[in-house]
Amino acid sequence: MAEVLVLVDHVEGKVRKTTSELLTIARRLGEPSAVFVGTGFDAAKETLARFGAEKVYRVESPEVLGHLVVPQAELLAQLVSSTSPAAVLVPSSPEGKEIGARLAVKTESGLITDAVDVQAAGDGSGVTTTQSVFAGSYTVSATVTKGTPIVAVKPNSATPEESAGAAADEVVDFTPSDAAKGARITESKPKQATGRPELTEAAIVVSGGRGTGGDFSKVEDFADSLGAAVGASRAAVDAGWYPHTSQVGQTGKQVSPQLYVACGISGAIQHRAGMQTSKTIVAVNKDNEAPIFELVDFGVVGDLFTVLPQATEAITAAKD
Amino acid sequence: MNIVVCVKYVPDAQAERTFNASDNTTDRENVDGLLSELDEYAVEEALKIVEAGEGEVTVLTVGPDAAADAVKKALQMGAHKGVHVGDDAIHGSDAIATSLVLAEAIKKIGADSAVDLVVTGMASTDGTMGVVPAMVAERLGLPAVTFASELAVDGSTGGSVTIRRDGDASTQTITATLPALVSVTDQINEPRYPSFKGIMAAKKKPVERWTLADLGIDAAQVGLDAAWTKVDSFTARPPRAQGEIVADEGDGGRRLAAFLTERKFV
Ligand SMILES: Cc1cc2nc3c(=O)[nH]c(=O)nc-3n(C[C@H](O)[C@H](O)[C@H](O)COP(=O)(O)OP(=O)(O)OC[C@H]3O[C@@H](n4cnc5c(N)ncnc54)[C@H](O)[C@@H]3O)c2cc1C
Ligand SMILES: Nc1ncnc2c1ncn2[C@@H]1O[C@H](COP(=O)(O)O)[C@@H](O)[C@H]1O
Repeated sequence: MAEVLVLVDHVEGKVRKTTSELLTIARRLGEPSAVFVGTGFDAAKETLARFGAEKVYRVESPEVLGHLVVPQAELLAQLVSSTSPAAVLVPSSPEGKEIGARLAVKTESGLITDAVDVQAAGDGSGVTTTQSVFAGSYTVSATVTKGTPIVAVKPNSATPEESAGAAADEVVDFTPSDAAKGARITESKPKQATGRPELTEAAIVVSGGRGTGGDFSKVEDFADSLGAAVGASRAAVDAGWYPHTSQVGQTGKQVSPQLYVACGISGAIQHRAGMQTSKTIVAVNKDNEAPIFELVDFGVVGDLFTVLPQATEAITAAKD
Repeated sequence: MNIVVCVKYVPDAQAERTFNASDNTTDRENVDGLLSELDEYAVEEALKIVEAGEGEVTVLTVGPDAAADAVKKALQMGAHKGVHVGDDAIHGSDAIATSLVLAEAIKKIGADSAVDLVVTGMASTDGTMGVVPAMVAERLGLPAVTFASELAVDGSTGGSVTIRRDGDASTQTITATLPALVSVTDQINEPRYPSFKGIMAAKKKPVERWTLADLGIDAAQVGLDAAWTKVDSFTARPPRAQGEIVADEGDGGRRLAAFLTERKFV
């Protein structure tokens, strides 16, 4: 069976959930081989094995780490030529897409981004992907017609399923080209952990908008009662109330959780672009004509400063 | 500083966007189009760079006749000259082919005086792949720094560009040697509106119109037939049925909690 290369997304060996999703998808297409760049492999190995990686191609060189994405694209190109994989799966993050873009040009292969599903093509050759386009208003089915299919897969596109793999470790002989070193990370300030789930991975997202007036405490308390991630509209981000990395929408994160709760958010098209594919949508808004209500499964017309605390209290009481 | 800004002409996001049923490509004919809003940030940033020092901003677009509007808007904002690559053969091109045309056009622009910096938007508002910038950089052999929320250039010989990028795990400072490509986010600046003076001045600014032949690109390398990916089908997502909406009469929060409990989110 052909190998399927999966680029591992991790921080110092702590493997992100998206990688277990990619490994699960890879098993539908062939034999998963993880590609691990950086330090912390010992910590990562167990997870990679548990989700079915048969092999792990590994590079530790600091040169690869300090130079953004080009060395990783070169590494993958080298592995594509040495292993002739059935497909290459990368996370559909900014970095993942950039690596995929360069890899596509290098290997003359078709690239599909933002896939929400990947299956083996019916005729047994290649892959069929599903994407959600135009702010979630259309679903598109596509295939790669040239080279090795390179697919950038969105978080939450598969339920991670365990299936033991050998995770046989193979250190790759790899040296990035000089051209790959044109850009370098000169400083990296880690974000402070909030203790909440990551926005794109969370099963529940609670977002606040201009209607919070800058006070996110009620939104946060409500989110915490549900174990949810906290998001924000661009109006709230532009006002400096919440970090840009929490912005949901066209120019922020595209989330697709089981439940999305919009609090004090009107529901502009650019905001919808980031949350429209959520399974269940709920809104709390003072204005009964707010466009967000067109999307909801349940809506409360009311002041979030009274509705949310009452809901938080009821949920907390129900849990005891 | 010789800067090229890549701008895309896109269907208006406020309009009904759809596909051509004949070939599954984005419908660009029956929908009003405009300069992609996200590319206004790229134009603005390029203008700020040359206004702070010296140099010239060339806007480049690849697209149908109507895409001339996107070039015009950028010239009205203050860009110095425009290049519009249009050719019937380009219709249906994917990101890979688009990046080829952009890269060859940038080479041709740079034939007279070398291009120091290519600036792009973070993503187009229609395709939203956000991959064309990296592909163009790859084809031109340039380093790319993407998703800049803050940018500074050192335009001296052997100069560099430094950006700030806000990631999930960290905020990074990234430096690349010039020539380089930068993509910018909507956090980086506040794009200006064209002034009356700018609108008048734009009428006299030079716009080159190039075809594939002008760039030495074989028509077989672009367009729908040359695409390395294929849309097999598209389906409109059924409109969401509006659910229950209740007015808060003192029990809105409890009703919300009850709904969430019933749906097993609690
Ligand atoms: C190129 C571009 C990209 C963009 N990208 C994004 C993006 O990624 N994400 C995004 O979100 N936006 C984006 N926008 C902005 C978008 O168009 C809207 O301006 C923005 O989403 C509005 O945010 P909001 O809903 O919080 O604010 P508003 O539209 O001002 O809505 C506030 C809502 O809060 C309600 N409200 C007020 N007080 C209360 C209260 N006490 N209790 C309950 N409800 C209350 C009001 O009734 C109103 O409906 C983008 C715009 C452009 C041009
Ligand atoms: N046809 C085009 N003409 C000019 N620039 C483009 C074109 N397509 C994409 N770009 C540039 O690439 C960026 C990202 O586009 P995309 O990869 O399509 O999301 C845009 O913001 C533009 O700066």
